[in-house]
Amino acid sequence: MAEITLKNLAHTYMAEPSSPEDYAIREMNHVWHQGGAYALLGPSGCGKSTLLNIISGLLEPSSGDVLFDGERVNALPPEARNIAQVFQFPVVYDTMTVYDNLAFPLRNIGTPADRVRERVMEVADVLELTPQLKRKAKNLTADEKQKVSMGRGLVRDDVSAILFDEPLTVIDPQLKWKLRRKLKEIHQRFNITMVYVTHDQLEASTFADKIAVMYEGQVVQFGTPRELFETPNHTFVGYFIGSPGMNFIKVELRDGRVMSGELPLSVSPAIHDALAHAGSANIKLGIRPEFVEVHAARVDEAMEAVVEDVQDLGTYAILSLRLGDIPFKARIEEDDTLPRGKAWLRFPIEHLGLYVDEFRVEIPHE
Amino acid sequence: MNNKIYNNRAWWLILPMLLLVAFSAIIPLMTVVNYSVQDVFDANTRFFTGVEWFQATLNDPGLQAALVRQFAFSLTVLTIEVPLGIGIALLMPKKGWQASAILILVTMPLLIPWNVVGSIWQIFTRGDIGLMGWGLRELGYGYNITRSAVDAWGTIILMDVWHWTPLIALLCYSGLRSIPDAYYQAARIDRASRWAVFRYIQLPKLTNVLVIGILLRFMHSFMIYAEPFVLTGGGPGNSTTFLSQSLTTMAIGQQDLGPSAAFSLIYFLIILLVCWVFYTAIMNLQKDKQQDKGA
Repeated sequence: MAEITLKNLAHTYMAEPSSPEDYAIREMNHVWHQGGAYALLGPSGCGKSTLLNIISGLLEPSSGDVLFDGERVNALPPEARNIAQVFQFPVVYDTMTVYDNLAFPLRNIGTPADRVRERVMEVADVLELTPQLKRKAKNLTADEKQKVSMGRGLVRDDVSAILFDEPLTVIDPQLKWKLRRKLKEIHQRFNITMVYVTHDQLEASTFADKIAVMYEGQVVQFGTPRELFETPNHTFVGYFIGSPGMNFIKVELRDGRVMSGELPLSVSPAIHDALAHAGSANIKLGIRPEFVEVHAARVDEAMEAVVEDVQDLGTYAILSLRLGDIPFKARIEEDDTLPRGKAWLRFPIEHLGLYVDEFRVEIPHE
Repeated sequence: MNNKIYNNRAWWLILPMLLLVAFSAIIPLMTVVNYSVQDVFDANTRFFTGVEWFQATLNDPGLQAALVRQFAFSLTVLTIEVPLGIGIALLMPKKGWQASAILILVTMPLLIPWNVVGSIWQIFTRGDIGLMGWGLRELGYGYNITRSAVDAWGTIILMDVWHWTPLIALLCYSGLRSIPDAYYQAARIDRASRWAVFRYIQLPKLTNVLVIGILLRFMHSFMIYAEPFVLTGGGPGNSTTFLSQSLTTMAIGQQDLGPSAAFSLIYFLIILLVCWVFYTAIMNLQKDKQQDKGA
């Protein structure tokens, strides 16, 4: 059982880092609670795998601490931490049978044979590997191999957390959802902390209760899939989560009006006030395509936009619009009237986000 | 679907290949077969002898002894070179300039021609000017490869190990390099011992290169000629006379074309047989694994 705390953690692969860009992990604090199902989501090269390897002990952080239940484990090698890790490509011991593969971690710590048998049988049952137990691991299919890799993490009684490093990359799509469901099942059954690294938002949101979104070596938001969708904390989360991503408009306050370039925007006074107090030149307004109100005819307080493209996706359509010279996306349901040539947009205040220096700032609602 | 064109003239396309193989293998081999069943006196006089030469060769005590020595030699060098080669490969650094430097150093002996190796060791082991010969004598050991069969044997084996262990090391090194890091990381997380890592990760990944390495080393060592010939000349007595040297003496020295042709064929068949048995045994091991799959 473990709660994993990352305290002032930072990591760099360089000998003499000079700027924040030199860090694979920028200084961060984070807590993974015991028994949670977490996803670590981010684009390639954002530091996800580095962070995972630091937690498992394959890498030692340049600075800061890794705490397991409050105890500092920085210097402990992976074999001394009660952690299992499943890698992107399945690792099986080719010459051993599936049974021996699963028994391997137990035998390494000198577990008695009858206990080994009991555990292996239990885990094989959960993973549906029982019919394969006598087969050589070499001849298994990729998904079976990956199940064996997971199984080696599960057999140990002392494992308190399993880290998954994009484990479904090599698995056929039709088997992916099956294995993902299996993982959820295992999580509920064994009360193990699971951290799942992926760059696929769908994978992350179906597996995890809470998702940590990483961007350029930082966790920019940690929240439920719903929170990430509705109130992204950072412009990157807005772009990365959702399909298509959030719309962002760079704005400024000029002559008492909210302007985007040469285009005056009609927004509520609350935003006007917030802008006046922002204290930065980098201000953006963000709204999800799903929350943009699209009207086919002129309505009050709406802005006129040019419809450039309509992508019909069956039950809904994605409109590509141009607001002044800002490209804009909006989603409309199939029963809505499809605007032709021109559309009038309204941004409901409750769905509008204000981003100062890329981070979200609360807008006081009236 | 079945619009395949049948044209047997396509067989002509294999003619160049056939000619090439004929000149490189079939014709020379058939010449040997021809000599092995005849007693040839001169261009016009010859007698058909059947299997007589073969019987004589197989019953020749000198050749039997050479065959035994040959097997003893090949098995000895294989037992030393294979584990040693694996060991060296495991110790070689995996990156940085050290990796390149060690790689070059290890490869060096492989680049030296056979008879040069013999000459190097011939000088090296001399009691008056050779470092090893002189050194051993200074240490109080009466080392002399021209008198003591044990010394001669030891030196030839040492020379072969020095010359050819790098081949095994090099093959294993490339095999080890191809193992992804994740395997070692997973092994650490599984708390595998160093021995378990070798036994269950490294050795299985080395199987293929080791099969090639062992086959090559067996064939090489079984045909060894120039090195012992230069170093000991087959002596003292016949103690280091191996098969190829006996054959050369017979064919070139004594011009016994019939018996040496029969001998050549037997020699060839032994190598073929051993390699075939070894290869089939290894392939069978893998076949068993595949049958598991069906079960």
